[in-house]
Amino acid sequence: MVTAEVAERPGASPEEAFEAVIAAEQRIEPRDWMPDAYRATLVRQIAQHAHSEIIGMQPEGNWLTRAPSLRRKAILLAKAQDEAGHGLYLYAAAETLGVDRAELTEKLISGRQKYSSIFNYPTLTFADVGVIGWLVDGAAICNQVPLCRCSYGPYARAMVRICKEESFHQRQGYELLMTLMRGTEAQRRMVQDAVDRWWWPSLMMFGPSDAASPNTARSMAWRIKRHTNDELRQRFVDMTVPQAEHLGVTLPDPGMSWNEERGSWDFGEPDWSELNRVIQGQGPCNAQRVDRRRAAHEEGAWVREAATAYAEKRRAEAGASAGTDASTRTHAATATNAAAEPDAGTKTEQENGK
Amino acid sequence: MTDDHVYLSLAEASPEPEGEGRWAYGTGFADPLLGVDTAVPPGLDGADLAAYCLMLGDDALVLSQRLIEWCTRAPELEEEVALANLGLDLLGQARQLLTRAGQADGSGRTEDDLAYWREEHEFRNVRLVEAPNGDFAYSIARLLLFSTVRGALYEALAGHADPVLAAVAARGVKELAYHREYATAWTLRLGDGTPYSAERMQAGLDAVWPLLEELLTAHPVELRVGVDPATLREPVLRSLAAVLAEAGLAVPDVPGLATVGGRAGRDGVHSEAMGLLLAELQVLARAHPGATW
Repeated sequence: MVTAEVAERPGASPEEAFEAVIAAEQRIEPRDWMPDAYRATLVRQIAQHAHSEIIGMQPEGNWLTRAPSLRRKAILLAKAQDEAGHGLYLYAAAETLGVDRAELTEKLISGRQKYSSIFNYPTLTFADVGVIGWLVDGAAICNQVPLCRCSYGPYARAMVRICKEESFHQRQGYELLMTLMRGTEAQRRMVQDAVDRWWWPSLMMFGPSDAASPNTARSMAWRIKRHTNDELRQRFVDMTVPQAEHLGVTLPDPGMSWNEERGSWDFGEPDWSELNRVIQGQGPCNAQRVDRRRAAHEEGAWVREAATAYAEKRRAEAGASAGTDASTRTHAATATNAAAEPDAGTKTEQENGK
Repeated sequence: MTDDHVYLSLAEASPEPEGEGRWAYGTGFADPLLGVDTAVPPGLDGADLAAYCLMLGDDALVLSQRLIEWCTRAPELEEEVALANLGLDLLGQARQLLTRAGQADGSGRTEDDLAYWREEHEFRNVRLVEAPNGDFAYSIARLLLFSTVRGALYEALAGHADPVLAAVAARGVKELAYHREYATAWTLRLGDGTPYSAERMQAGLDAVWPLLEELLTAHPVELRVGVDPATLREPVLRSLAAVLAEAGLAVPDVPGLATVGGRAGRDGVHSEAMGLLLAELQVLARAHPGATW
């Protein structure tokens, strides 16, 4: 265990042990003592991240049934599947902190927890699929790569895998855009139009400017966050400008210019009042996204109840006839159904941790 | 900022061979049948082989489209992952079979030519796969019937004289075994879950059952070049009956859905749902004739 040598120093209080682990750049694990506010910050951040993966399936999913070639359809479907998988790892990481997925889902569909506001914008053409891969996944990667070194172990480990997969998505998106830019005039127009609509919302994905971001300092002290919003935004812009040139599209920011002295691009200020409106629920798709998620959850309730009832019957049978050969096949089927048995293993860990 | 390099390496638009395996068919998918001899073996009629591949390929394509419609609507996240997975398997089979059809009939039509540019009456899928999804129980019931029949068929086709069809079937056997397991597991959970779920599962089976007959009825092309589905009837019905018995569900006692003047899906005569399904599937490709995506 990574934390052992620091945490087990005799005479250290739990607070001191925690601070020592953080200072030594080691990982906090679910059973370790942690301040309530650290736990709460992580729950909020991981849940929001998990919700973003799941809600984020909707804008791209909008094009799944209409994808214009079978290859693009397969790629997009594989991506949607990955996103559902990311949601699963992240909910599992949140569960190590003593919350459960059902509770977090309730908070999402009742509007008490947020997801990334970028997904409250509509996907209007197939080029949006490519631009989401390039810009939105690109911005997400900028935000997420540092999280692979986050002080909370389960979150950091989930992020390693997620970042790897996101990088494929980003490359796929860029490859789609390259193909469209080599295509017809209509396809090139489609790409430019999508870039025009997604550029500013992508910049807003890094959150408000540092001056207006109250939580940044504490999250950085706890090594949950490693760079400020403005640092990450700048990094994203510096990386994206040459990619846009290579692609042959114009970024919709007339004020953008190379700053020799800083060795970085100067760029314009996003319209924060628009972001605030989207955060407050007035975005073009807020209601639609949450409604869809709520409908899926509510319409699926009878299915989840059936799975739970089925699993309970099998457990009761196994208890009644312990040692006899109670159908191993159906048991195997039940064990794979996490709907019926939400992360039994993780739950034990939580209980031990409390 | 010390961790720049991670993202910078991602941002380089280099081709990444090690990444190919991550995608269902890789990012450079050009020839799905690479390494298999694509000449039509002597003694096989190319037109018949093409027609047969279209039947099987269209079944897979259309059911895949229906499974894709579940995306973001599934009852649980695990089901999102699983249903997308099944859809990807079937889409992969469809791509290989349509590509084979375009080779075998000598037309050189690609998978996309066949998927996006044929008219409804040229599609050869059974009506079972085009029916709208209904509720989760109906979708599971359909999947159970389809995967049971298709799994048995692929087993028989794995020794087919056409090496391409044999290769697709051999790979498909494993995929369909998983599809059948998934559908079986849910049939048991819904059938033996709550009284309400049992009712809905039974209703789903009752509604989908009339469409089974078409899948088990031979079309002349199948008799000439494929496997006579009549030979699958007995094992398929036995297997389905076993699953339903374990789930506490009744085998529906309903007649097969009638044809239209003797014609049905395999002859290009579909249900009303098919036109809408194709309108959605084809709309973007058809709006840009000649474009590459």
